[in-house]
Amino acid sequence: MTSYILKRLGAMLVTLWLIVTLTFFLMHSVPGSPFNEERTTNEAIQKNLEAYFHLDEPLYVQYGIYMKSLVTFDFGPSIKRSSDSVNAMLERGFPISFELGFITLVTAIVSGLFLGIIAALRHNGFVDYLAMTIAVLGISIPNFVLATLLIQQLAVTYEIFPAATWQSPMHMVLPTLALATGPMAIIARLTRASMLEVLTQDYIRTAKAKGLSPVKIVFKHALRNAMLPVVTVLGTLAASILTGTFVIEKIFAIPGMGRYFVESISNRDYPVIMGTTVFYSAILIIMLFLVDIAYGLLDPRIKLHKKEGR
Amino acid sequence: MELRKKQNSLITPDIPDEWFTPRAKDIEQAEKVTRPSLSYWKDAWYRLLKNKLAILGLFFLLFVVFMAIFGPLISQHGLDQKLQDQNLPPSTTYWFGTDGLGRDVFTRTWYGARVSLFVGVAAALIDFIVGVTYGGFSGYKGGKIDNFMMRIIEVLYGLPHLLVVILLMVVMGPGLATIIVALSVTGWIGMARIVRGQVLQIKNYEFVLASKTFGTKTGRIIRKNLLPNTMGPIIVQMTLTVPAAIFAEAFLSFLGLGIQPPFTSWGMMADEGLSSILTGYWWRLFFPAFFISVTMFAFNVLGDGLQDALDPKMRR
Repeated sequence: MTSYILKRLGAMLVTLWLIVTLTFFLMHSVPGSPFNEERTTNEAIQKNLEAYFHLDEPLYVQYGIYMKSLVTFDFGPSIKRSSDSVNAMLERGFPISFELGFITLVTAIVSGLFLGIIAALRHNGFVDYLAMTIAVLGISIPNFVLATLLIQQLAVTYEIFPAATWQSPMHMVLPTLALATGPMAIIARLTRASMLEVLTQDYIRTAKAKGLSPVKIVFKHALRNAMLPVVTVLGTLAASILTGTFVIEKIFAIPGMGRYFVESISNRDYPVIMGTTVFYSAILIIMLFLVDIAYGLLDPRIKLHKKEGR
Repeated sequence: MELRKKQNSLITPDIPDEWFTPRAKDIEQAEKVTRPSLSYWKDAWYRLLKNKLAILGLFFLLFVVFMAIFGPLISQHGLDQKLQDQNLPPSTTYWFGTDGLGRDVFTRTWYGARVSLFVGVAAALIDFIVGVTYGGFSGYKGGKIDNFMMRIIEVLYGLPHLLVVILLMVVMGPGLATIIVALSVTGWIGMARIVRGQVLQIKNYEFVLASKTFGTKTGRIIRKNLLPNTMGPIIVQMTLTVPAAIFAEAFLSFLGLGIQPPFTSWGMMADEGLSSILTGYWWRLFFPAFFISVTMFAFNVLGDGLQDALDPKMRR
């Protein structure tokens, strides 16, 4: 197990380094500088600005400075919002984005598992068809379309929930719903398929023969094995939820990290682009890592400490 | 002969042996095929036909493709702005209404369909070419080369897909070609993994070994022996790539990072129509959103149907 974790950790660090380096060189290959538009700036000020942001140094020096800033977790000042630093933006935006993402992930997992299980237990029955119709619709409708539909219906027409911003639990309902439906649908379909397979296996019949209650059979014996395919996709689902927050935050005017990210791209605000990208990537890569470990812990058939086992 | 007689009398003691006369041999009868032989693809097609939802999806997609080609020709309006006709609801002159600049939503919907479908199909094709080559080679070679190539994939798989796409859009400048390139940079990985898994399995089958013994070249074995047998999962993966690419394009355009005016796509139209929640011009949002959703739905049910139809385990 330890050697497996170390191996995954190594792969994780390589990926992280790759994305960091990729981001750096991509950003510096973009034609044009953030100061281009202000033609009225005189040359001395321009020089000073470039010196301040180290833009006049050779590329490898800049790369060194950049790597150092990453290690010390200090992404420097923003170029466009001169009084603001990237760190301050992350501190302001991240808790909100994290809250949105976390609530969404939990909602998606719980409701997805629930739908998948009842669909599998009522295979080819009415409940099954209903659950799977919801699931296919959830996969097909993009989250921004769903978000606008929800606002239109539940906020504007019926005024049940507030339409925008992020303050009370009532404000969180619509964004979470819009963002969670897609991942929920994927989880529901996967759970149903693997539950159906697991439920026909002999050990389930044995459990039934022993006279265990259906609840115990489903939750203790079937679900643990049926969960495995769901765990494997959690990493990618987290990624899609994370990028989904960009859109959801835009629609619901939520002051999270996504807004800074999208804004920084159209502004060519390099420190902010690099800071947010690296931050997002780090979160995602850590998520994938945790998912891998969780998978190993959940599945007794995978012997991580043995090479032949994989 | 004696034994036979004895057996016959045992089974039917009352019937004399003379009653048993051998039937005249009829070569034609013996060789006749009573049921038409079904090739793998024909069989899969019949099974797909039984899946009504998948066929419905197929018909809808054919309809969208048809309208993407001929829709702008049918329409009575071009892409031009008619400022006197702003935000008109759907009517007999403007079938899907007009937008804030007086442009016909019907015409724009089908121009948008061209872009969305083109992005989806192009991304799927590039994924197909790169993924099949990489996965096929890796799986066929096996051993150290396979191990090394899979380590690369493992690292690439960790890259956040849409973030990379967005970064590339920044560098290359927004546009149709950029979107397709950006989507393909990481998109082929899933395909490569599937093909590799299949090839690893099939390459040890007897017919491949036989082919090798005859001295067939590697490229030919991959093309003629391995790939046709992995076609099922590949096709399923492609039908699921197309909606993913369409969604990614819509997502980027919605954030303002995708395709740029005067071109349009469903995602961009949805972005422009977003304000209509408050103004009540519902048709500006409804039509692009409706066609994105139903197209994704159609691809998904078709992909599901194909998955069942092409699964050799389901064959009877």
